[in-house]
Amino acid sequence: MSEMNETENIHKPRLTMHFKVEEEDFIIAGEAASKTKKALQQLGLKQEIVKNIAIIVYEAAMNIVIHANYGEVQVIIVPAYVTVIAQDKGGGIPDVDLAMQEGYSTAPIEAQEMGFGAGMGLPNMKKCSDIMHIETQVGVGTTLKATIYLHQSDAKQVETGAMYV
Amino acid sequence: MSDYFHSVTLDYDKCKGCTNCIKHCPVEAIRVHEGKAKIIQERCIDCGECIRACPNHAKVAVTDSLDKFSHFKYKIALPAPSFFGQFSDEINIEDILGAFLRIGFDDVYEVALAAEIVTHIVHQYLADRKYKKPLFSSACPAVLRLMQIKFPDLLNQVVPVMAPIDVAAYCAKEEAMKKTGLPYEEIGAFFISPCPAKATVVKHPLTDRISPVDGVIGVSLIYKDILKHITKDKAKEKTGPSLHKARSVGMAWGYVTGESKSVDFGTGLAVSGIHNVISLLEEIERGELKDVDFMELQACIGGCVGGPLNIQNLFVGRVKLRQMVKKYSSTTPYFQNNQLQELYEGGQFELTEPIQPRPIMVLDKDMSKALIKMERLDEITKDLPGLDCGACGSPSCHALAEDIVRGFAFDTDCVIKLRGKIKILAEELLDLAQKLPSSMSDDPAKKVSPP
Repeated sequence: MSEMNETENIHKPRLTMHFKVEEEDFIIAGEAASKTKKALQQLGLKQEIVKNIAIIVYEAAMNIVIHANYGEVQVIIVPAYVTVIAQDKGGGIPDVDLAMQEGYSTAPIEAQEMGFGAGMGLPNMKKCSDIMHIETQVGVGTTLKATIYLHQSDAKQVETGAMYV
Repeated sequence: MSDYFHSVTLDYDKCKGCTNCIKHCPVEAIRVHEGKAKIIQERCIDCGECIRACPNHAKVAVTDSLDKFSHFKYKIALPAPSFFGQFSDEINIEDILGAFLRIGFDDVYEVALAAEIVTHIVHQYLADRKYKKPLFSSACPAVLRLMQIKFPDLLNQVVPVMAPIDVAAYCAKEEAMKKTGLPYEEIGAFFISPCPAKATVVKHPLTDRISPVDGVIGVSLIYKDILKHITKDKAKEKTGPSLHKARSVGMAWGYVTGESKSVDFGTGLAVSGIHNVISLLEEIERGELKDVDFMELQACIGGCVGGPLNIQNLFVGRVKLRQMVKKYSSTTPYFQNNQLQELYEGGQFELTEPIQPRPIMVLDKDMSKALIKMERLDEITKDLPGLDCGACGSPSCHALAEDIVRGFAFDTDCVIKLRGKIKILAEELLDLAQKLPSSMSDDPAKKVSPP
């Protein structure tokens, strides 16, 4: 019983930030990243962690702008970890393994001309997170979850819990 | 010791309690309470934006006054590179420097000359060392303070070389010691500054190292005196060696792009204006601009020539300084290349102490408590009108919510919320007023005569 409560408590208190991402909105990614950063700094998280989460939020939002036109990025903060969930109703990723390779990009020419879509987004996010999970279906959309633990000792304890958020 | 000294302060009597300044502050460090602006000391970076924004000139930069330095046996003035942009181009630089001696200084050393040393050291550092790109200039103290507060993980990308003002003070004092035989403590070095942040940094250094500069005098404070003495009594003096030693490489540091062009290594980028600096640093923090080698960041638009303590309009000052830079580009430099190389290899102008972060944004030391506060902050923000009008004295609705959570403000500080509450109260009053006992009812229909 008490064990149950402890597991419950890991997820509380809990703060969720939402960022709607729309087509051609190249500015929203930067805004989402800096708002997230400010919140995490106010919570007193370590700089390294703040930086990594901001990068994940930025890349996730950018992926939606470039590839999916519409979607949402959520940042869920609990005392033990932070999870970033990016959901879109885009074309999906046909080959996730390929997409995870550095330099592989299917970004449209216009985006590449603007200096985006260098094929570093997903690998970069993976580097910045402890767990990253992608669910995708061609023609339907993609959901990406990336989790960063805030204390190394918590990592194991929360491992399963993180996936439920 | 007081933890925070700031040059930027409030002239209490002049402040009318308007909210112009709170909107312009890049770090949300000002609130208006009880009709007066208050600067939150821990947050202020002395950038001077509020000095520019205040229509009542109630924001002032406090610098030192001349008479404070009488106890030094030998006094040296260190005019900033941008100082020479404050005069008409018919006036000779030599005469401007001479005027410092005429008003009572024993010697004068151009910060622009020290900037030439720094230029060489930074160039060599970029060429020889391994570092994470981009490397930031260490010259602007307001930018460094901003980084301490908002971008702490970029601090290790600041080039570890002293700012020209410190190099100038060390060099000037060393020369004076040789010339006069006086000990270091009896020689005073005074920066003639366009910048309130420099005044702060001298009293409250960014690192553990004590500044070699003994005082900072605002340009606006000394300008008239210098102007009066530019030619006065000049003829009576015997001509000594030339006081003006700096050349275009150092003089160009007075305006934005000057520094990065002088350093001249790989890809350079120059940004001015504190708000522009913030958006650029945000990009860099996300890992962008890794192909830029050196980045010059200036808090004031236009660079130091746009400093709030200067006399001339920024654009006028810049044109004048540019003309001077052009004029002195062909002459032989004061320092030989091998002298500069010696100074680089000697390492005496390297910053060995790291610049420490100053995180001040934390809501609570306990992360769980901070999260609860942030949840509340979020709720309050949603509940506020989102006008960001500033009438409550906080710069935005979000900032007010933060102040409420921190216990410094109340939701009734919001005039829109207060209006809503008064409306509810008025309606309740009306309701009550209508509930008169029947004995007092003035409706004739209800007045039923007793049988």
